[in-house]
Order: sequence, then C-alpha cells, then structure tokens
Amino acid sequence: MLGTLLIVFREVIEAGLIVGIVLAATRGVTGRGLWVGVGVAGGLIGACILAVFAGGLSALFQGSGQELFNATILLLAVGMLTWHNVWMASHGKEMSRDLKAVGAEVTQGSKSLLAMAVVVGVAVLREGSEVVLFLYGIAAGGGASAAGMLAGGALGVLAGAVLSLLMYLGLLAIPAHRLFAATTGLITLLAAGLAAQAIAFLQQAGLITVLTTPLWDTSGILAEGSTVGRLLKTLVGYADQPDGAQLIAWLAVVAMMLTLMRVVNPRKSLIANAEAAVAPVPAE
Amino acid sequence: MTQFSLARLVLPMLVLPVLLMAAPAFADTTIPVRIKDHKFTPAEIVVPANTPVVLNVTNGDNLAEEFDSNELKVEKVIAGGQMGVVRLRPLKPGRYHFMGEYHAKTAQGVVVAR
Repeated sequence: MLGTLLIVFREVIEAGLIVGIVLAATRGVTGRGLWVGVGVAGGLIGACILAVFAGGLSALFQGSGQELFNATILLLAVGMLTWHNVWMASHGKEMSRDLKAVGAEVTQGSKSLLAMAVVVGVAVLREGSEVVLFLYGIAAGGGASAAGMLAGGALGVLAGAVLSLLMYLGLLAIPAHRLFAATTGLITLLAAGLAAQAIAFLQQAGLITVLTTPLWDTSGILAEGSTVGRLLKTLVGYADQPDGAQLIAWLAVVAMMLTLMRVVNPRKSLIANAEAAVAPVPAE
Repeated sequence: MTQFSLARLVLPMLVLPVLLMAAPAFADTTIPVRIKDHKFTPAEIVVPANTPVVLNVTNGDNLAEEFDSNELKVEKVIAGGQMGVVRLRPLKPGRYHFMGEYHAKTAQGVVVAR
C-alpha cells in the first residue's frame, strides 16, 4: 500500500507543480478558475482514454507511438507557455498605461487562459495516464491486496494535491508586484525543461540520433530519480546526464522566449514590465 | 502592438515529429526481454557498445510496468500483457542500471555494453 501511495504521489505532484505555477501566473485574470478546471478535467478524461488505448498507441510507428505522443504533447505545452509569456509581455505595458483598457485586455486574456488550460491538460494527461494504467492494472488483477493498494493510490492522490496546494500558496506569498516576474521566470524554465524532455523522447524513439552522448554526470550529487531530482526535472528540466541535443533544446527555448518577449515589448527590462503590468490590477 | 499568432508558433512544433518520422528505420540489433512476476529475464542484458539496440520487452504480468532508467534515458510504460519497444542509444562500454518503476523491489536489471 505504501509503495502504491508513493508512486501515485510522485506522479500527482509532478502535474500539481505545473498546475500551481499556471494558477499563480494567471492570478487576477477573470475566469481562470474555469479554464484551469477545464484543463484538469480534460486531462483526466484524456488520461483514461489514453490508458485504454495505451497498447494500441505503443504499437504505432514501429513501437514508438508512446514516445512520439509524449514528445508532441510536450512540445505543444512548450508552445503554449511561450505564447503565454509573450502575450503577457506584450499586454502588460498597455494595462499599466491605460486603466480603462484593463477590462478589454482581461477579456483578451482568455486567449492566454486557453493556452494555459492546454498546458494544465497536458500535464494532467501525461502523469494521469501513468496513474490510471498503474491503478487499473491493480484493480483488474483483483485479489486481497488490491483494495489496500487502491486505498494507497487514493491517499497518494490526496497527498499530492495537498502538497501542490501548499506550493501554490507559497508562490502567492510572493508580493504581487514581484509575482509576475517570478512566474515569468518559472514558466521560461518550465518550457525549456519540457523541451529537453521532449528531445529525450524523440531520442528514445530513435528519431534523433546525433548528440546523444551525455555531457556530464551529476548523479553523484543529485540523482535524477530521487524525489528532489524528479521535482527539479519537472520544474526546470534537470537531468543528471544531459546530452548535447537536450542542452541545445533547453538553451534554444530560453533564448527564444527572452527574444520574443523583448521583441513585443522592447522598451523596459522584463522585470520592470512585469512589475508595471501587475501594479494596476487589484489583488484578489 | 505586435500581434502574435498562436498557430504560427505551435504548428511547426507539431509538424516536426511528423517530419522526423519519415526518416527510414535502420536495422538494429533486437533483443527480447520478458517481464514475469515483476522480474526481468534476462536481468543482465549484454549489448554491443556504440551501436543502437532495440529491446522488445514483453510484459507477461497483468499489471502495467514502467521500464525506467536515467542512465539509459528511457521511460516507457508497458501495459499488462503487452509488448513495448525500448530503443537504446549507442552506449559507451559500461553497466547501465534499469528498473520496473512500478515494482522496483523485484524488477531490477542492468544493461552491459561491451
């Protein structure tokens, strides 16, 4: 039962971290609860569907269907996160300049919320499908231990949700005028990390065959499989043995994000923009 | 105000994997591996070094398993009763640990590249 609890807990916390960052990043935007809710619900439904068709999906593309699916949805999330950051950078200035425009801008903000709903959906879908497959196998197997293991799974979901909530509240403790800068940074690193993970899946599918040699090995300092390592992997794409292709993808996404934000809003530093953007919006 | 097109940003990212899929598959060394009672057989898999290798992992249990290895950079869920294809990148000579994450107590193994 404890083993089941831990496995489910770790999967839930990985999705929960991303949901927490999205919630913090969209603080004060009207209707965000609905969109994030839609993302979570969509992700859960998708996870169940994915679990049912896991065997079929796996068999596609010479047995690499699962990897290609993972890489595709991860890259989709990278695109959505980029778009969100760029949208915020391009509109923050107008929001601060003209208070009257805020109402209209927030309406437009629903576009960015759609992107964030997709990100939440992808996170829940990916981790959720593993949880569903794992728990379904236990339930289907039956036997005396199944009930206890399923109870462990339920506790794992609960514990993961509670810790995710605590982390979200921790982010909210950041003063409002600093929060936006913080979430912009977090989303940039999150997107870069997801891109590096997508590269790993493309390599696993045999599609990227260059620059696959690990550059360094920090597993002695912080193993990727440890709990802290896994959390850092989710947050910033930590890998204890990254290879050249992953590093390039990580750097490329950070560079792309910063460049695009600079292009849409060249006047001030990003942090100054971020603070200006948040200033006129009343706290919840 | 610079208008930023969502489609312009996302489409290339979705198209990329599809383009890459068109790349021809090369003939690799294929090694069958079996999971039964949450154990790998063989638990020590010898592979040629510096060559891509394919492991055809059959899960003979009813429960799903995740073939997981940071050292090999592989994460692959294999549903109960299903076969999963695990592609290994060219490996330098050495020992690479892997496990079945869902039953890590018993499901342990090592790939030895020579």
